[in-house]
Amino acid sequence: MFPHTRDTLLFFTLISLVGISVICLLFIIFYLVSESSIILSEINLRHYFFDDSWHPSENQFLLLPMIVGSLFITIGAMFLAIPLGIFTAILCQFYVPNWLSQSLQRIVEILSGIPSVVYGFWGVVVIVPLLATIQAPGTSLLAGVIVLTFIIMPGIVLIANNAFQNVEKMHLHNAIALGLSRYSIIRHIVFPSAQRGLLSGIILQSGRAIGETLAVLMVCGNVVQFPGNIFEPIRTLTSNIALEMAYAMDLHRSALFLSGLILMLVVLTLILLAERFELSTKTT
Amino acid sequence: MILLPSNHNLADRILRFICWICGSLVLSFFAFLFFDILIQGYEKLSIAYIFSNSLNAGRAGGIAPMLVSTFLLLLLSLVIALPISIGSAIYLAEYTNEKQWFSRFIRLSLSMLASVPSIVMGMFGYAFFVIALNLGFSILSGALTLAAMILPLLIRNIEDTLRNIPDIHRLNASALGLSKFRTIFQILLPMANQGIFLALILGIGRAMAETAALLYTSGYVTRMPDTIFDSGRSLSVHIFDLSMNVPGGEQSAYGSALVLVLFLLSINILTHWIGQKIQLRSIT
Amino acid sequence: MASCSPQQPTPDLKRNKPITLSGKLTITGSSTIAPLAAELAKQFEKQHPNTKVDVQTGGSSRGITDIRRGTSDIGMVSRKLKSNESDLTSHLLAKDGVSIIVHKSNPILELSEHQIKQIYLNKIDNWKLLNGMDKKITVINKAEGRSTLEVFLKHFNLNNTQIKPSIIIGDNEQAVKLVANNPHAIAYVSIGTAEYDIGLGVPIKTLALNGIPANKKALISKQFPLSRELNFITKENISALTIAFINFSQSKTANSIIEGFGFVPTHP
Repeated sequence: MFPHTRDTLLFFTLISLVGISVICLLFIIFYLVSESSIILSEINLRHYFFDDSWHPSENQFLLLPMIVGSLFITIGAMFLAIPLGIFTAILCQFYVPNWLSQSLQRIVEILSGIPSVVYGFWGVVVIVPLLATIQAPGTSLLAGVIVLTFIIMPGIVLIANNAFQNVEKMHLHNAIALGLSRYSIIRHIVFPSAQRGLLSGIILQSGRAIGETLAVLMVCGNVVQFPGNIFEPIRTLTSNIALEMAYAMDLHRSALFLSGLILMLVVLTLILLAERFELSTKTT
Repeated sequence: MILLPSNHNLADRILRFICWICGSLVLSFFAFLFFDILIQGYEKLSIAYIFSNSLNAGRAGGIAPMLVSTFLLLLLSLVIALPISIGSAIYLAEYTNEKQWFSRFIRLSLSMLASVPSIVMGMFGYAFFVIALNLGFSILSGALTLAAMILPLLIRNIEDTLRNIPDIHRLNASALGLSKFRTIFQILLPMANQGIFLALILGIGRAMAETAALLYTSGYVTRMPDTIFDSGRSLSVHIFDLSMNVPGGEQSAYGSALVLVLFLLSINILTHWIGQKIQLRSIT
Repeated sequence: MASCSPQQPTPDLKRNKPITLSGKLTITGSSTIAPLAAELAKQFEKQHPNTKVDVQTGGSSRGITDIRRGTSDIGMVSRKLKSNESDLTSHLLAKDGVSIIVHKSNPILELSEHQIKQIYLNKIDNWKLLNGMDKKITVINKAEGRSTLEVFLKHFNLNNTQIKPSIIIGDNEQAVKLVANNPHAIAYVSIGTAEYDIGLGVPIKTLALNGIPANKKALISKQFPLSRELNFITKENISALTIAFINFSQSKTANSIIEGFGFVPTHP
């Protein structure tokens, strides 16, 4: 096949390694689907949206409050993190001297590497008691939003920084030569250029936010309900799985797997979307 | 980073104001978090803390078992994931082009793998490694699960690095009559060193931050693991347990969090230092 | 009942001959029993240095499933075995109860069954209605699947759908921690866990139920209404190592350990 035998050997070794990756993935998908199928065959999909409540011991499988919980907490965190992150990146790139910019970038790099448990822990000891003084119990949607914002913000700053740095220097030089003001350059040249990269990165971070489990488990209160206000406790899909998986049997377990499968599909869609945006950056 | 000229118009001033507000807000919150951890955790920090066993569910004593478990988990998962990811990346970069269906299929699979929420990965790891393969709650189960989680990250990054090497090198090698094996191992891989190293660091970061998946695979035990078949608790799991389940465990959690942050800090410094050295070498 | 395992000869337990035991034991199940089991494991390992005993939580139902599946050697179950679990053998470890806890600074000293029910149904939502402070009651409930929840619901004749909690937690210790940090909270936990933590100085206290204080005396005299058994369960054929461990946990040495965790030993 190849002129050198070494190459043929190499080829087959490589193929098998790739094969392992693919098999690994197929395994996981297969397992998820098969575990979810139990409940799919027993309980109609309608039940997840129209049952009275989530009480698997009494055959109630309403997932809606948790879907809403995940949604609210993610949107809330993105709502805070995106503007804060982007403006911080603009600051870092265009409004501070070079040495400060480098240090800031390093700091943000470190921050993005900190495990979410640490942020969750800090949320438990600082944020929750703080919120409890406003309204008990303190473990709430707001606490979750705050902690989640902390978790995804460094990522957004990093992405924004990256996107801004990737703007063609030539464009900037031209703009300066034409006498455009800093504000105009940022708004009309940097931003449109960086748009796609920004979007792709933001979508990825939202995927991460949705998948966040333990940190939100620690500060959200975990009550299955539709939050009346931001000080009320909520439960997300991920925390639901974490909380009940170990103790769940049969149908209950299968329901949890199904919610895991749904989560995975949502995150997958986001990732694929993000990649489409990134690919189109490469071609333009 | 280009210094853009400021025309001191109103729009520029407003933007600058907003950016500084956002930046300061962001920085002050993170600084607050960091100093809180530093001050509260500092009292716990001592040689004894790092090297002694934990007592009383973690309230007293040190975190030596956790550090050892974390280290073993990291090492093992890298040992498992690296060959597979380097092999897969080489295959994808050198034997396929981006438009082929096989390459796209693998990319899709990897995206899917990356989109599995960590808790779902934990469920899978539990059912497959712990139960089906009868590995029990062990460092091995945890490492295998972690390896599956960092695989997409590693493959994607290494493949990108390889693809970024200009084709001229491959053409030269071909012109010289070198086998593919030699081309890859003697020319391309050494050039990709920095990228591979960076991917490694990213993988380590991701693995260290992982908590949810480990809860269900490597377990909760506070004992020092003797072999990889023993159960062990990683540092993040320890922080989680202390903040949720151990009344009075806050002090120790602060200490562990501090150790974790300091460790990440040193990895970051190390990365940049080595990155600079490699760059210097490639220039000269 | 002793069966042969490939590792060691059938032990002669009655005569206390010193035997070298080795091997690994896996114990899973109730999170209430887990800390006790972990300490018993530690002491057992000290006595028999070639053994390793791993304790993992997962809930009483997990304890049963794991035993049936063969993934564990001993299951921890914080209740009596049900009628459809007759294929398993239970070994009584200790007695425990479920008690209401509040913060140490809470002026309330006891609650009646009716009052507790009203609190959990959210009909009484402020401490002042019980002659306490003027603050909303933070109601803490356990997540589904925990046997402590089942015991609680059964005794108070409630359905989980009727309860309107402010916070839901997973393990006993979480409830203790939350109550310790929140002066207006109320929760129910295993008496053993509560006593253990009070002994460590955690600022909580147990409330008397219908006039009967939640302590060991009441459990021993069987007066405390919300009591339950803590069991080790095994399958029919078990290894010598398992037998040795169970014997150890029912021995006099184990009694002091059990008491240290706030439970009531059953083999004095």
